[in-house]
Amino acid sequence: MDLHFGDSKPTDEERAAVDALFGPPESSWEGAARDEMRAADLRWARGGREARDRRELLLPGLHAVNDRVGWISEGALDYLCRRLTVPPAEAYGVATFYAMFSVKPRPATVLHVCTDLACTAAGASRLCAGIEARLGPGSGVSVERDPCLGLCERAPAALAIRAGDPVRTAVSAPATVEAAVLAASAPDSAPEEPPPVTAVPQAGGPSLTLLSRVGVVDPSSLDDYRAHGGYTALRRAFALGPAGVIREVTDSGLLGRGGAAFPTGRKWQATASQPDHPHYLVCNADESEPGTFKDRVLMEGDPYALVEAMTVAAYAIGAHKGYLYLRGEYPRAVHRMQYAVDRTRERGLLGDDILGQGYAFDIEIRRGAGAYICGEETALFNSIEGHRGEPRSKPPFAVEKGLFGKPTVENNVETLVNVLPILTMGAPAYATIGTARSTGSKLFCVSGSVALPGVYELPFGATLGELLALAGAGEGLRAVLLGGAAGGFVRPDELDIPLTFEGTREAGTTLGSGAVMAFDATVPLPRLLLRIAEFFRDESCGQCVPCRVGTVRQEEALHRIVERTGADAAGDIALLREVGRAMRDASICGLGQTAWNAVESAIDRLGAYE
Amino acid sequence: MTVTPLGIPRRLLEFTIDGEAAGVPEGSTILDACRAAGKDVPTLCQGDTLRPKNACRVCVVEVEGSRALVPACSRKAEPGMVVKTDTERARHSRKIVLELLASSVDLSTTPLVAEWIKEYEAKPDRFGPDAARLNEEPKIDNDLYVRDYDKCILCYKCVDACGDQWQNTFAISVAGRGFDARIAVEHDAALTDSACVYCGNCIEVCPTGALSFKSEFDLRAAGNWDESTQTRTTTVCAYCGVGCNLTLHVQDNEIVKVTSPHDNPVTHGNLCIKGRFGYQHVQNRG
Repeated sequence: MDLHFGDSKPTDEERAAVDALFGPPESSWEGAARDEMRAADLRWARGGREARDRRELLLPGLHAVNDRVGWISEGALDYLCRRLTVPPAEAYGVATFYAMFSVKPRPATVLHVCTDLACTAAGASRLCAGIEARLGPGSGVSVERDPCLGLCERAPAALAIRAGDPVRTAVSAPATVEAAVLAASAPDSAPEEPPPVTAVPQAGGPSLTLLSRVGVVDPSSLDDYRAHGGYTALRRAFALGPAGVIREVTDSGLLGRGGAAFPTGRKWQATASQPDHPHYLVCNADESEPGTFKDRVLMEGDPYALVEAMTVAAYAIGAHKGYLYLRGEYPRAVHRMQYAVDRTRERGLLGDDILGQGYAFDIEIRRGAGAYICGEETALFNSIEGHRGEPRSKPPFAVEKGLFGKPTVENNVETLVNVLPILTMGAPAYATIGTARSTGSKLFCVSGSVALPGVYELPFGATLGELLALAGAGEGLRAVLLGGAAGGFVRPDELDIPLTFEGTREAGTTLGSGAVMAFDATVPLPRLLLRIAEFFRDESCGQCVPCRVGTVRQEEALHRIVERTGADAAGDIALLREVGRAMRDASICGLGQTAWNAVESAIDRLGAYE
Repeated sequence: MTVTPLGIPRRLLEFTIDGEAAGVPEGSTILDACRAAGKDVPTLCQGDTLRPKNACRVCVVEVEGSRALVPACSRKAEPGMVVKTDTERARHSRKIVLELLASSVDLSTTPLVAEWIKEYEAKPDRFGPDAARLNEEPKIDNDLYVRDYDKCILCYKCVDACGDQWQNTFAISVAGRGFDARIAVEHDAALTDSACVYCGNCIEVCPTGALSFKSEFDLRAAGNWDESTQTRTTTVCAYCGVGCNLTLHVQDNEIVKVTSPHDNPVTHGNLCIKGRFGYQHVQNRG
């Protein structure tokens, strides 16, 4: 590999940020200053396979610089590349892929204001304008209009990130101009976020399984977690053995909760039986679907449950290393999960010999950096490996060639957390919850025009109307978006749709990630559709033509008809349909294939432009 | 046609293309099978010397049991597969892909596209006069290459050729995301400040003319580029002992560019800076 580094040098601060992560360079080949060159350096350089294996540290390295300085300069990027033996062009390609990184100078404080569906409905554009007016030029704060921050139950939301050592963050939600400006100008003195239990209106109720500990246990205390039933599932797993665990999960009928509804047991079995080793477990906590925040609430409110569930899954599939890929916009969840992983490791519940069973497993947390596409399974693998978060073409599937080309199980947070009740109550008991084809309970993120937005847990089979009644949907409901931006709209007269995978499919819609967004008549539907189109145009990775250009052409068509109806809109609607069909048929991954769903459903079911 | 080194005999897979039984050696792609069966499937980003990236999606075909369409260039043929290459559904996707591309980039130097646009009845103009385009000026920052990203369809072939598949220089990457994604060197620098070693292998694989020889670019700009009068002579590079094949493109008794045959089993069309650009001494008539 030719490695060419320009003349740009890192500043002391940038160098310190990288060295804090990787330790000081061992040799001047790695980027140590020339006066540190030792005689041995003349004959030695890190290289070859060992160096290429360090590529996966690129994303943490970019975070380290961005966290400390606020942006990534040429000198910092080149220094990082020297440390990792990564070609600068590739690292530049990776750095420019993620929305949270900047390769141009910007103020140390960035205020991310959510402009996605729930927040737009709650007045995000007024909020943005107010904040910008208040801060004025030269405030030292860069205000960015961003996609969903996953705080929909407290819309509108803003997240301030101030670079430094350490980086400081503050969340303001529901945000007012004053509160958001305070969060940006003094993140340390901004008021504490409300505890995660405030997002669970059913908290304390007897019907909860997955959410039963949120608000009940101290999320920082491993002892408290164990006092509330923690680690009984792992003990049962050890008693059953890996094959026994997979049998239980298969018998439970658990389907993946990430949107694709693939049978979890089958996925585990397929990976466990692969002769190629090592096997990996990846937990997808890159919850970026607009309107979805359940995984955040679980991780913030019951972090040890996820650690235990990952350990059970890893044991079942024979993995000794697990990655928790957590979206970068969730600072509190990152903090709580890291704390939980560290405590668990200290107590021998992660590490070389878990519970004295001779089984080794550890978890590494990887922070995403602002890319919806990284929730796609293979894009997530690329992101962890230090490449651009572009989806791979399938086959081969992850169970055969996943992370680092090895057999991998990827499950999202909610799916994994379901494994705990499956093991504690047993598969037959679990399978009696819900319906025959959708077993167990499901988390729904309800937001928008409802009195009590939040995460709800209901056994599969409850109807949309029952869920909305719980959340206090009022009069004048105009439309409900199921499954987030990649989901579909339904009408207020369709509230008897059963919330199961098969029920929504039969009704021609989808359960998706479990997002349920209610919109009343005050929400301008064409603007909302435009926002959805803008979201996909922004989040397309750009790899394949149908998605890269198709999302742009769709957004243009929606702009043209935003104030039009009937015959005036017909031509552009026909165009939207034609482009949408090709995107669904010919895109590489689910993003392009589903980008047109919501708008199409608004046209067909709601008569959006009639 | 990919040069296949002789190896152990491969089994024949039996499957169906457009209702006809076909047999191809194990490991072949659907595209290989289609071409062997005489079916015409258009391709843009597919490279005969590179692993297919399947990014352009113009070669999509229908495979029974598959929810979405399947890129013929990269999907391996499987026994029993039922492939349909020319259905209304596949043709629709190809048409839209051609429209999307032609509405956003300049395909005037991309071979065969004009024919496909006619064949699939694509109408790139129907997205309106305000449809976003790249609209970038060519980057001319050295005497050997011109980068005209207005013609770039982001097929990743230059990235792959510069990276781990051939050259191992890694001077080229894709930067940015979505419609704003662009082929770039590190820090969006000039080529002269990058890791580029001027082997020209990216030009060799570029399917659209987005990367071109400065010599060709200048002749085109002056209206003097005339492929019909050019002769092509394949010879052996005299610089070192490897023996790479060079194809000299000569117009008006001047070498105007140098390519290399892709079916050469040693180099597969790759050259170094000397073989690719070091030809002026031949015509130094000073």
